[in-house]
Amino acid sequence: MAPKKRTIRTIPQERTPMREQDPKVRARNFLEVACGYSLEDALRESERCLMCADEPCVRGCPVSIDIPGFIKQIGDKNFRGAYDVITNTNLLPAVCGRVCPQENQCEGVCTVGDSLEPVAIGRLERFVGDMAIAEGWSNVPYVEPSGFKIGIVGSGPAGMACAADMAKAGCDETVFEAFHEAGGVLKYGIPDFRLPNTVVDAELAKLIDLGIKFETDTLVGRLFTIEEMIEEMGFHAVFIGTGAGYPSFMGIPGESLNGVLSANELLTRCNLMHGRDPERYDTPLPPSKNVAVIGSGNTAMDALRVSMRLGAENVHCIYRRSRAEAPARAEEIHHAEEEGVNFHWLTNPLEILDDGKNNVRGLRCIRMELGEPDDSGRRRPVPVPGSEFDFEADLVVYAIGTNANPIIGQTSGLKLNKWGYIATDENLATSIAGVFAGGDIVTGAATVIEAMGAGRKAARGMKRWLGLRDTTEACEEAGGGNRIFGFDLREHGFALVRVPRDASPSSAAS
Amino acid sequence: MTTSGTESKYEIVTREDFSDVTYLLEVRHPRMARAAKPGQFVIVMSHAEGERIPLTIADFDREKGTITLVIQAVGKTTKEMQRDCKVGTFLHALVGPMGIPSHIGEAKKVLCVGGGLGVAPVFPQARGFKEAGAYVIGVLGFRNKDLVFWDDKFGSVCDELIVCTDDGSAGIKGMVTDGMKLAIEKHPDIDECIAIGPPIMMKFCAATTRPHGIKTMVSLNPVMVDGTGMCGGCRVKLDSGIKFACVDGPDFDGHEVDFDDLMSRLGRYREVEQKATARFEESCHMREEFVAASAEEAKPA
Repeated sequence: MAPKKRTIRTIPQERTPMREQDPKVRARNFLEVACGYSLEDALRESERCLMCADEPCVRGCPVSIDIPGFIKQIGDKNFRGAYDVITNTNLLPAVCGRVCPQENQCEGVCTVGDSLEPVAIGRLERFVGDMAIAEGWSNVPYVEPSGFKIGIVGSGPAGMACAADMAKAGCDETVFEAFHEAGGVLKYGIPDFRLPNTVVDAELAKLIDLGIKFETDTLVGRLFTIEEMIEEMGFHAVFIGTGAGYPSFMGIPGESLNGVLSANELLTRCNLMHGRDPERYDTPLPPSKNVAVIGSGNTAMDALRVSMRLGAENVHCIYRRSRAEAPARAEEIHHAEEEGVNFHWLTNPLEILDDGKNNVRGLRCIRMELGEPDDSGRRRPVPVPGSEFDFEADLVVYAIGTNANPIIGQTSGLKLNKWGYIATDENLATSIAGVFAGGDIVTGAATVIEAMGAGRKAARGMKRWLGLRDTTEACEEAGGGNRIFGFDLREHGFALVRVPRDASPSSAAS
Repeated sequence: MTTSGTESKYEIVTREDFSDVTYLLEVRHPRMARAAKPGQFVIVMSHAEGERIPLTIADFDREKGTITLVIQAVGKTTKEMQRDCKVGTFLHALVGPMGIPSHIGEAKKVLCVGGGLGVAPVFPQARGFKEAGAYVIGVLGFRNKDLVFWDDKFGSVCDELIVCTDDGSAGIKGMVTDGMKLAIEKHPDIDECIAIGPPIMMKFCAATTRPHGIKTMVSLNPVMVDGTGMCGGCRVKLDSGIKFACVDGPDFDGHEVDFDDLMSRLGRYREVEQKATARFEESCHMREEFVAASAEEAKPA
């Protein structure tokens, strides 16, 4: 059958829904909320892609995944081919398909989205990623060793992305992680019901297959410094992706009461340290019946939903602006609402109340209203005089953002910006030659995919700095095609990755 | 798949028991032994299901490639370690050295005060000051003679040493603050005091030096998870604001620290912790009975 040109009128009009656990059930378990697409779901949704020539979605993706390319492979039922297309630019589809804010990226600019719901690109990506894990696929290209030794500081999304790219360029790499397990925020921060740690481990296994070494329990800066890595340990280049850390508090009375903690602490105790399973694991979690989480970003949503699952009776979200300004993904707020979280928009905490024994008894808040726009362009919330009120809480969780982690600054001569983050140029090079940085430690708190994008960008800068010619980049610079300056890119020295970008996917399919 | 890579990495090479509750572990970690400086700490996980606990580095041997930890069995984790951490066994995780090293400055006459377990972490600082040419006065406090440890080790780096016990069974009878007062009377020119021990002791040490205007550094050991500034569990209240002990400390000016706040926050998991300890002791007890019963059965009739 000759393929007919799809138009907005001929494609399935409704976005294929993804099966989810019932909110009442899932609010009390740690299993994944969104169950993923079935084969039929994925095929149907793939038909909704118009295969636009100008590919706005690819430009909307921080790591430039060839989105129409992989969706076409799904439509052709060549799932391995779809996986090959995605892993050309993104080694972690099972992670990104789950945690990227697609509505602001690829799906936000999808042409279909102009008149209908956009193509569910994230769900399709996850479908491919999960199938790869289930089938044990991994793309381990033969890579010519480049002789360069690269050190990566931090095993979170930025470090993982940078490591993957540099490994494909033939570098000998070691990733250093301060925790006892690799994965960074994907492990300690994002809860299992959004991103199971088993998925993170499966994706990490692919990096190990690429020859990347992981060294846990290693606090760079204190065990050895960035300068020592370059000068004594033989690393030709270093990437720093240590994340932001250093949670903020508000400085209101009562913050040092027992029962006040950062979302990072709550999440780490619950996720990485398995505090939710006290029969088996030793890390305690604070007792909590009535929980108040301050803030309304993605971390706040995670803290709220974790609290529900830990058995809290009432879970409140306190945010000083309105819902429209909340930084969390719309889907996360929606999920939290479905699960029974009480949202208090336009509400600001004034004081954490004491039970007389140094424990939290409640929270005193004041109502806010939106005034004139502030520097961020959002309308500034101002307190409504006389609107103070109290409510009961025995656990108060701060999820109002983080400041720069000071360790690398304390222990190296790296130039920092005025907020304490690492200063870089547009290629993410720092003030020390050969040292690159990216992710939250450069930009402040952002998303997983932005950190991955930064890791890849730093890898490009690093390759240029090392004098490594990069297949992909050479292609782009030459305006596409697989020949540059008359050389076949697969020739030794040019194409370090033996499976070229335009390899016929059908031949790679098994 | 494992990405933890910690199997068999951190071998316990020496163990010494100072008393029923205090024990010393010397652990092989050559890279850390090279990097460690006085005042820094580590985070230990004894097994994969365990919690992460901060412990001050009591000593390090760059040649042997080891670090030394002195531990008091107070909760489930430390009691379990007391039972299980034998020579030739391995710790699941050991990360560090963490925290800003103590500043061994220009001070000419220094008072180094250690109470109980705090005697251990004060030692590398006393040695550091001695090596920097300072006159070092050591004041060590213990509950009684049986709990005394490292007095000889201290003797070798101190110009004067005062041992205090609560019951007078060794040294002078009294608290470390009594020893400090003696030292301050005799040496009005003390430039600096380092005091490490239980929070209540450090609180009184700071109160003792305050009227004399002697700069007093204390080392704080609040509840931590990651130890890298990420969780904020170890935040402490100072006159100048909130600081994180893991990355802004662990040493702080004792005259600035709100010790009452510190003590209250140290107790925040006490209830859960007591339950865990009780469960652990119960299981140990059952195990002993089981072992005893099995031994009984195994006896030839």
